[in-house]
Amino acid sequence: MQERLKELQTEALERVNTAGDLKELNEIRVSYLGKKGPITEVLKGMGKLSAEERPKMGALANEVRDAIAAAIESKQKNLEEAAVAAKLAAETIDVTLPGRPVKSGNHHPLTRVVEEIEDLFIGMGYTVAEGPEVEKDYYNFEALNLPKDHPARDMQDSFYITEDILLRTQTSPVQARTMEKYEGKGPVKIICPGKVFRRDHDDATHSHQFMQIEGLVVDENIRMSDLKGTLEVFAKAMFGSDREIRLRPSFFPFTEPSVEVDVSCFKCGGKGCNICKKTGWIEILGAGMVHPNVLEMSGFDSKKYSGFAFGMGVERIAMLKYGIDDIRHFYTNDVRFLKQFSIHE
Amino acid sequence: MYVSYKWLQDYVDLSGITANELAEKITRSGIEVEGVEKLTEGISGVVIGHVLEREQHPNADKLNKCLVDIGAEEPVQIICGAPNVDKGQKVAVATVGAVLPGNFKIKKAKLRGEASNGMICSLQELGFESKLVAKEYAEGIYVFPESVEVGKNALEELHRDDEVLELGLTPNRSDALSMLGVAYEVAAILGRDVNLPEGKASEAAEKAEDYISVVAEAAEDNPLYIAKVIKNVRVKPSPLWMQARLTAAGIRPHNNVVDITNYILIEYGQPLHAFDYDKLGSKEIVVRRAKDGEEIVTLDDAKRTLSSDHLVITNGTEPVALAGVMGGANSEVQADTTTVLLESAYFKGSTVRKASKDHGLRSEASARFEKGVDPNRVRAAAERAAVLLQQYAEGEVLAGSAEANTLKIEPAVVEVSIDKINQVLGLQLKSEEVVDIFTRLQFEAVAEQGQITVTVPTRRGDITIGEDLIEEVARLYGYDNLLSTLPVGSTTQGGLTQYQQSRRIVRNTLESAGLYQAITYSLTSEAKASQFALEVREPLPLAMPMSEERSVLRLSLVPQLLEVLKYNSARQNDSLAVYEIGSVFLSTGKDQLPEEKEHVAGAVTGLWVNHPWQGEKKPVDFYVLKGIVEALVDKLGINDRIEFRQTERDGLHPGRTAEVLIDGKACGYIGQVHPIVEKELDLKATYVFELSLESLLAETAPLVYEAIPRFPSITRDIALVADQEVSSGHLLSIIKEAGGSLLKEVSVFDLYEGERMEAGKKSLAFSLKYFDPEKTLTDEEVVKAHTKVLEALEEKAGAVLRG
Ligand SMILES: [Zn+2]
Repeated sequence: MQERLKELQTEALERVNTAGDLKELNEIRVSYLGKKGPITEVLKGMGKLSAEERPKMGALANEVRDAIAAAIESKQKNLEEAAVAAKLAAETIDVTLPGRPVKSGNHHPLTRVVEEIEDLFIGMGYTVAEGPEVEKDYYNFEALNLPKDHPARDMQDSFYITEDILLRTQTSPVQARTMEKYEGKGPVKIICPGKVFRRDHDDATHSHQFMQIEGLVVDENIRMSDLKGTLEVFAKAMFGSDREIRLRPSFFPFTEPSVEVDVSCFKCGGKGCNICKKTGWIEILGAGMVHPNVLEMSGFDSKKYSGFAFGMGVERIAMLKYGIDDIRHFYTNDVRFLKQFSIHE
Repeated sequence: MYVSYKWLQDYVDLSGITANELAEKITRSGIEVEGVEKLTEGISGVVIGHVLEREQHPNADKLNKCLVDIGAEEPVQIICGAPNVDKGQKVAVATVGAVLPGNFKIKKAKLRGEASNGMICSLQELGFESKLVAKEYAEGIYVFPESVEVGKNALEELHRDDEVLELGLTPNRSDALSMLGVAYEVAAILGRDVNLPEGKASEAAEKAEDYISVVAEAAEDNPLYIAKVIKNVRVKPSPLWMQARLTAAGIRPHNNVVDITNYILIEYGQPLHAFDYDKLGSKEIVVRRAKDGEEIVTLDDAKRTLSSDHLVITNGTEPVALAGVMGGANSEVQADTTTVLLESAYFKGSTVRKASKDHGLRSEASARFEKGVDPNRVRAAAERAAVLLQQYAEGEVLAGSAEANTLKIEPAVVEVSIDKINQVLGLQLKSEEVVDIFTRLQFEAVAEQGQITVTVPTRRGDITIGEDLIEEVARLYGYDNLLSTLPVGSTTQGGLTQYQQSRRIVRNTLESAGLYQAITYSLTSEAKASQFALEVREPLPLAMPMSEERSVLRLSLVPQLLEVLKYNSARQNDSLAVYEIGSVFLSTGKDQLPEEKEHVAGAVTGLWVNHPWQGEKKPVDFYVLKGIVEALVDKLGINDRIEFRQTERDGLHPGRTAEVLIDGKACGYIGQVHPIVEKELDLKATYVFELSLESLLAETAPLVYEAIPRFPSITRDIALVADQEVSSGHLLSIIKEAGGSLLKEVSVFDLYEGERMEAGKKSLAFSLKYFDPEKTLTDEEVVKAHTKVLEALEEKAGAVLRG
C-alpha cells in the first residue's frame, strides 16, 4: 500500500510537470485528487491494516495528496503567467512610431523679446505704459524738444496723415503722455513697447514698421550713473552675465547728455568677429538724461527733478540675440520662421 | 564729413597717434567715426611713366601700342585701350608684378599678338570713385603735369598716401563740418593746440567797391554779404595736393577757382561762390526774395521756377544764383574767365533749407547753411580764399570788399553750477577740473563760488543751456569713468495692468490651442482696409504714401492674416492657424486722432487633425474655430455673457457665419471665408474670427470658489424633433430658462437630419443634469422641472419628444 502511494505520487508529479495547459492540469487534478481518484481507491483498502498502521498510512496518504495539490497549484501559476505573457507579447506595438500631434502655437519672436524686457523691468519696479500708434505732432516731436523747424526732424522722415497727425516715429510720445499724467510728481518708472513707423523702403535692414521699447525714470536726484547701472543690468539679463557695456556720446533732441550704448560682443567676447565688425562691441540702444525742456513741457520742475531715458529697436535686439539676418522675416510670418521660437530657453 | 588725416595735421600736431587710434579717440569722446579708409590699400607697383612712342596696334582698331619709359633700364611696351593716351604724356603705369584694387595682379601678357608689359591706369583703376574723377579724365587714363619725375611712386605724386576718417555727424555737431571744427575737437581730445591758417593777400590799388556794390534787401535772410573782386586770374587745374585733398573730402576737382572755393568750404565750413564778374552784366549785387514765377537756370543746366520763399542773388535785374544752394549758369566761371567776384555770406538756415527742399538740391553748401555757419568765419574765409586765388590762380586781389552787413555776433554765455554737474553725472569733480575741460575746448570759462560761467565760441552754436555744458564735461571726462549705480529713492511697485495681464492670457490660450502669433502691418491698401471690418468706416489715408499697398490704416486684422495664410500655402504649408493682436483705426473726423481699438483675430486653413498613420485626417471646420473662441471666453470667465448668432457678412460664407455678442452687444464674428475669396487667395476651406479685445477684457469677474456637490445629480436625456430652421442655441436657451434653478448643465449630444426624418424636420438630443446642492433630489422634483422644460420646448419652438 505504501509503495502504491509512492508510485501514485511519482506518476502524478510527472504528469503535472509535463502538463501543457490549464485544461490538462485540471484533468490531472480531477483524476488524482477527485473522489473517484486512485488515492481514494487506495485508502479504501485501509480496513485491512492494523490499528497501529492505519494512522501512519492515513498521514502518508495526506502527504501524497498535499504534494500533488501543491505541484498542481505551482504549475497552474506558471501556466497562467505564461498565458498572460503570451497575450501581452501578441499585443506588442512599435513604440518608435510618432505620437498624435498636440496642437501648439507660440509667441512671435518680437513679442517674446518684448515680454522678456517687460518682465525684467517690472522686477525693478517699472510699469508698462502704452500709447496710440497714430499720434499728434505735438507728442511725437514738439513735447520731445523737436519744434517744427528743427533740423533733426530730417533724421526720421515720417508718415503724416494731416499736418498735425502722423504715425508715431518713436515710442517716446508715450513718455510725454505719461509724464503729463503724473502732473509734475515723481517717481515715474515706465517701460513703453510699441509699433513705430518711418518712411523707409523695406529691405533686409529697413522696415517701414518696426517695434521699439523705451524706458523712462524721473525722480529727484536721478544721476547718469543710475542710467549706466540700469543698462548694465539689462545687458547682462538679455545677453549674458559676463557682458559689459560702454557709453559713447551721441545726440537725441530729447536727452542731454545723450549716449549710444554698446554691449561687449556676445559671440566673440570682445576679441572681434564678423558680428561686432571686429570691434568687440555691438551698438544696442540710445539713451540719455531727460532734456530739461522735455521735463518742463510735461509739467515737471527741471530744477527739482531729473531723469533718464533709453530706447531700442526690438527687431535689432531679436536679430542679435537669435542671429536673424533679415528684418523682413518678422513681418512675412512664414511659419517655418515663427515656429522656431517655441522653445523655452 | 570725410577728414583727411594728412590735411588735419596742418592744424593739429598728430605725432604719435595713428589714424585708427585717432578714430577711436574721436568716437569715444563725441563724434562717431564710421570708418577709416587707407587710400593706397591693396595697391602696389604703380609708377610714373613717360610715353615715348604711340602707334596703333596692328591688329586692333581700338588699341594703342605704346613704348613707355618707367625709369627702368629699358623702356617697356604696353598695349593701352584708353582713347586719350598719347606720345609725350606722363602717366601712371602699373608695372609687371603690381597689384591693383580687387587683388588684380599685373602680369606679362600678349594682346592680339603684341606683348604688353604693364598697364597704363585711369584714376578709377587706382581706386578713385568715378564721381570724384575730374571730368576730362573720366573716360580715359589720367595725365600728370609735365613736372613729375619718371619712375616715382605714382600714388605719392597723387598725394594718395593718406587715410580718410569718415565722421557720422549728429545734427547738433555741424561745427565738425569743417577741417577747423574737427581740429578744435581733436585738439581738445588730445590736449594740444590748434594752428589756424595764416597770411593775407597783398592787395592791388584798385578797390573792390569801384567794381561792385552790394544791397541786401532781405536782411533777415542775409544779414552779411561780402563780395571781393580778383582780377586777371588764370583758370587752370589746381595743384595736385589740393585736388587730392578735395578728392579725399569727397569733392570732384574742376578748375583752380572752383576748387579753391570748395577747399575753403571744407576748411572753414563756409560756402563761397565765385561768379564770372564780366558775365554779371552789371556792377551791383542785390540779394532779395525771388518773385513768384521768376526763373533761373542753375549750374546743372536745369531751369527752375522760383517763389517768394526763395532767396536769390541778382545783378539788380535777374537772378544769378539761388542763394546758398547753387549758382546760375549765366555767371559760371569757365576757362576764359579773367575777373572773379567772390561771395562769402551768411544766409539764414531755414531759408536755404526751404529752397534746397523745394528744388531737390542738396549740396555741400546748402547742407552747411541749413545747419548754420559760424558767423565769425564769413570774413576770414573770404580773405583766405583771396590768398589762395593769388597763389594758385595768379589773381590780383582788389583792395577791401563790398559788403552789406547787419549781422550782430554775440557769443552765448552759459552758466552751470559744479553741484549740478556732479548731481547729473553722479561724480565729484572740482571746479578747476571742469574749467580745465572747457579750456581744452578753447571755451572761456570762469569759476566763482561753485558757479561756472562759460563764453561759448560762435562755432559751437549747439551749446545754449547748462545741460549742454554738462555733456561737454561728461564726454571729455570720459563715460568710462562714470560709476554704475541704480536709482535710489522712493520704491515703486512694478507690474502689468489688468488689461495687459489678460492680453497675455489671450495670447497663451490661443497659442496652446495651436495658433501661431503673427504680426502684420498697420498700413494696407485702400481695397483691403475695410474688408472684413467689424465696424466699417472711411479708411484713414496717409497724406503721402510710399506705395498704394501701404497707403491707409487698417480697419480689420483679417485681410492680412489671410495674406499670411496665402504666403505660407504657396510654400507647401497649406494647413496653418495664425492669430494677431493689433490695433484697427477708426476715423473720427479730420484733424482728430482716430479711435484705436485693439482687436484679436484668427485664421485657420487646411487640415486641423493630421495624424496619417492612424488614418486620422480632418479639415478645419466652423466648430473647430468656434471651439477655440469658446475656450478663450471660458478662460476669461465670460462664457455665460457670450452668445453666437447666425448672421451674414461681406466676404464670409452666408450660411456659416456667426455674430459674437457680449451682454447682447456685438463684439465680433466668426465664420468661413466666402468660397469665392478662398479661390482668389488659392486657399482651402478657411475660417476666421475677429473680436474686439477691449470688449472681451472690459470686465473681469472675480474668481469665487463653488463647493463641490455632496449630493448625487440626476441626468435626463431627451431627443427632440424640431423644424430645420430652429437652432440648437434657441432650444438650449428655452431649456435653460424653463429648467429653473435645479437644472445645472445642458449639452447637445446628437444631431440627426437624415432620411428617416420627416421633410423639413431634424432631431436634436440634449442631456440635462439636475441637482440640488442642499439635498438629494427626489424623483418628483425632477419630473416637475423636466415637464416644465418639455412644455416650454413645444410651446416656444414646436419641438416635441421624438416618438
Ligand atoms: Zn564679436
